[in-house]
Amino acid sequence: MTYMPKELQKVVGTRPIRPDGVDKVTGRANFGADMVMPGMLWGKVKRSPHAHARIMSINVDKALKLPGVKAIVTSDDFPPIASEEAFVGEGPMNFRDLSRNCLARDKVLYDGHAVAAVAAISPSIAEEACELIEVSYHVLPYVIDVEEAMKPDAPLLHDDLFTQGVEPKPSHPSNVAKVVAFAKGDIDAGFRDADVIIERRYSNAPVHQAYIEPHACVVSFAADRQCTIWSSSQGQFMVRAYCAKLLGIDISDIRAIPAEIGGGFGGKTLVYLEPVALALAKKTGRPVKMVMSREEVFRGTGPAAGAVVEVKLGAKKDGTLTAGEVVLKYQAGAFPGSPVGPGCMCAFAMYDIPNAKVTGYDVVSNRPKVAAYRAPGAPNSSYGVESCLHELADQLGIDPLALREKNAAKDGVKAVHGPTWQNIGYAQTLEAAKNHPHLKEKLGPNQGRGIASGFWFNIGGESSAACHINEDGTAVVVSGNPDIGGSRASIGMMAAEVLGIPVEKVRPIVGDTSSIGFSFLTGGSRVTFATGMAATQAAEKVVEELKKRAAMIWDIPADAVEWKDGKAYPAGPNAGSFEPLPLAEIALKSGRTGGPISAEVSINAQGAGPGFATHICDVEVDKETGQVKILRYTAVQDVGRAIHPSYVEGQIQGGVTQGIGWALNEEYIYDKNGRLDNPGFLDYRVPVASDLPMIEAVMVENANPRHPFGARGVGEVPIVPPMAAVANAIADAIGIRMRDLPMSPPRLRAAIDAQEPVRRAAE
Amino acid sequence: MPHVHFSGEAARRFTGGLTELEVEANNFRRMVLELDRRFPGLGRQIEESMAVAIDGEIFQDAYLAPLNPESEIYLIPKIGGG
Repeated sequence: MTYMPKELQKVVGTRPIRPDGVDKVTGRANFGADMVMPGMLWGKVKRSPHAHARIMSINVDKALKLPGVKAIVTSDDFPPIASEEAFVGEGPMNFRDLSRNCLARDKVLYDGHAVAAVAAISPSIAEEACELIEVSYHVLPYVIDVEEAMKPDAPLLHDDLFTQGVEPKPSHPSNVAKVVAFAKGDIDAGFRDADVIIERRYSNAPVHQAYIEPHACVVSFAADRQCTIWSSSQGQFMVRAYCAKLLGIDISDIRAIPAEIGGGFGGKTLVYLEPVALALAKKTGRPVKMVMSREEVFRGTGPAAGAVVEVKLGAKKDGTLTAGEVVLKYQAGAFPGSPVGPGCMCAFAMYDIPNAKVTGYDVVSNRPKVAAYRAPGAPNSSYGVESCLHELADQLGIDPLALREKNAAKDGVKAVHGPTWQNIGYAQTLEAAKNHPHLKEKLGPNQGRGIASGFWFNIGGESSAACHINEDGTAVVVSGNPDIGGSRASIGMMAAEVLGIPVEKVRPIVGDTSSIGFSFLTGGSRVTFATGMAATQAAEKVVEELKKRAAMIWDIPADAVEWKDGKAYPAGPNAGSFEPLPLAEIALKSGRTGGPISAEVSINAQGAGPGFATHICDVEVDKETGQVKILRYTAVQDVGRAIHPSYVEGQIQGGVTQGIGWALNEEYIYDKNGRLDNPGFLDYRVPVASDLPMIEAVMVENANPRHPFGARGVGEVPIVPPMAAVANAIADAIGIRMRDLPMSPPRLRAAIDAQEPVRRAAE
Repeated sequence: MPHVHFSGEAARRFTGGLTELEVEANNFRRMVLELDRRFPGLGRQIEESMAVAIDGEIFQDAYLAPLNPESEIYLIPKIGGG
C-alpha cells in the first residue's frame, strides 16, 4: 500500500519531538557503560606495543597472583576457527580474522592489537594485572603505507594470503588480498576520442569514525550456558551472531540487549569486547563489564580505509566525457576486507560515461582492521574523481557545475558497474544547487568556492517490526534495529500515520534479540527504509484486525468497515448507520472480541532508492597559517521523502561535518616504530561546532516508488562530496591544488611556501 | 532469455573468461541454480558475496526476485554501508 500523496499525510513530514530526546538530554539514557550487575567484575585488555611481531610466549603467572584478579584469557580460550567469509556485519568479514582481531593468535599485526584480557574486582586491579602479563615478542618488520605494502618485497602480514581476482592464482603470498575490476565500453577508443586528457593522483588518510561513546559492554554467562550481552552496537543480532560463532555457542543461548548508542557511523558494525568479556565471564562465572578508553578506541578499532586514487579523464572540448579510468588502492588494515568494491562502483556512478575502467586493490598493512564508515569506500574514490573533474573543468574553461550537468547520469543510463539507473535524482540536485542563492554570494580575497557531488546505493534487507495496541488505544512499535540516526522517530511516525493516531500515542522502542524477529544491523542507510516498511506493514495488519473487531462490535461484515483518522467507519450507507468507533474503544473491548491486537512483520526489503547529493562549499585560506575556514556550506540531497525532516537535516549536517574533518584535519600519525602517535581528540582533530558555519541542508524530494512513503536512505551520501568540495574551494581560493588529505595547516602552509618561488618568478 | 553479466573478477574465475551469458530462469534462485550447474562453485560465490542488479534494481539475498525473458542482470559485490 502507498501513502505517497503528501496532502494525505498528517504525521509523516512533520517535526515532532524525538522519542529518545528527553532521556538523552537529562542523562537518563542507558548507554553501554551505564549498565551494572551484582557481583560484576571489570575486564581490561592487554594490547600490543608493536606494529608487527610474533608472539613467542604469554606468561600470566604474576598477573594471576595479584589479589583481586579472577581470570585471564588469551586466544587459547577461543576455539580455533577455519577461514570462513561471512556477511554478518556491514561488509565481508572472515570469522577467523575477526577472532584473531579480538585476541591475537601467533602474531600481533598492529600497535594496539589485543593480546590478552583480565577480569578483576576493580578496573585499577585489572589494569595493573595487564601490566604484569609478560608477553615475549619477536619483533618483525612492519608496513603502514598502502603502496609500500603492495611492493613485492614488503613485510608480509599473512603467509597464507594469496591475491584473489587474478589469473593464474599467484604462487606467492602478498599483502594484496584482492583485485576487483569493472569496465564499460572501449577505454582505449574513449581516450583516443578525447580532445583533452587529464591524469592525476590523489590520496586520503585513514580516519576514525570518532563516535563519542567508546565501546562498552556488560555480559553474563550463567551456569546453564545462557548468555546475556548488554552492549552498544549497531546491531544486537550482529553481536549475537559473531559471539556465537567466535565462542562456539548456540545462537539460542545468547540474548543480546541493545544499549542506547552514542554514535556508530559504521564503526560499531563488528565486535571487539563482547566475545572477550564472554570468555572472561565463562571462566569466572560472574558478570563482566568492559569499557574502552579513548586511546583504546583509536589504537584498537576502526578506522575507515585510507586510499590512493589515480584518476584519468578524457573529454571533448565541449566537456563531454569520452573516457574515465580509476585505480584504487585501499587500506584494509590488518585483515582483508576494505570497502574497495563499493569504492569502485561509486567512482563514476554520477556520470554518463561511455568508456570506463575501474580497478581496485584491497591491501593489508600494519594498522587496525578497517571498519565501515558512512558510505564505506565511496568518499575515497569520489574525492579523486570529483577533484579531477574540477581540474578538467578548469582546463576546459567550463563551469564545474555545468560540466557535471552535461555528463550527469539520468534514468536509463547504464552505470559503469552495470545497473541501468531508475528513479534517480542526481540531475535534480544539480538543478537545485544551480538555483541556490549560495552561488550568487560574492567572494573576497583568498576565498574560494568548490562544488562536488556524491552517490551511495542505500540498501534494504532483513527487518522485523511489531505493532502492539495497548488497552487504552495507544500503541507500542518494536523494531530490531538500534537507533543511530532517528529511526525510532521515523518508524513511530509511519506507524502513527497508518493507524491514524497522533505520533505521541505511539511509543517506538528497540527490542532485544529474544523479543523481536531477526533484523540485519543498522547501517547502509537502511532502517527508515526497510524497518520502516516492516513497521508500516505491521501497522496495516493491525488496522485490518481493528476493522474486523469493529465489524464484530457492529455485527456487520469486516469488508463493510473502513479505517480513517484512527476510527472505524461503516464503509457506506449499505453497511449500516453507526457512530465512528475510535481505536481506544476497540482496544478497550479487545478482550471480548478475540484478545490483544498485535502484529509482527518480518521482511527482506528490496527497492532501496539510490542517493545522490551535490554540495557547495566556500572557504577562506589564511595564507600565513595555512588554516582553512569554512565560510558557507550548502548540501543538496535527493532524500526521497523526508519522514522527519529535522532528522534528515541532522544526518546531512553530520555527514558534511565528518567529511570536512576528513578534508582538513583528521589523520593517524605513526612514529618510527609504527606506533600510533595521536590516539586522542587533543591530537586527532575532529571538527567542533566553533569550526563550522550553519550547514544548510536542501532536501530534494524525489520519492522512491518502492517505499510506501517514498523514503530513501539519507545517512551516508552526505559524507561523500565534502572532501572534494573543500579541496576544490581551496584551489579556487589560492590557486593551489591539494591532492593529499588532510589539507591541514602544516601541509597547506608547506604547499603555499613551495608555490612562492613559482609565483615570484612569474611576477 | 535473461542476460547475465559478470561485473567482477570474482565470478569470472568460474566461467572461463565469459563475462556475459544467457540463462533460462524465471527467478533469481533458479538463475543461481542454473549458473551453479554450468559453473560449479559459482552459485555459492554468488550467494555468499554478491548482490544482483535486475533491470537496474539491486537485490540482495532475494531468491524470488522475478526475471523476465528480457531481463538484464548484473552480478556485483554485495553492498553494506556504515
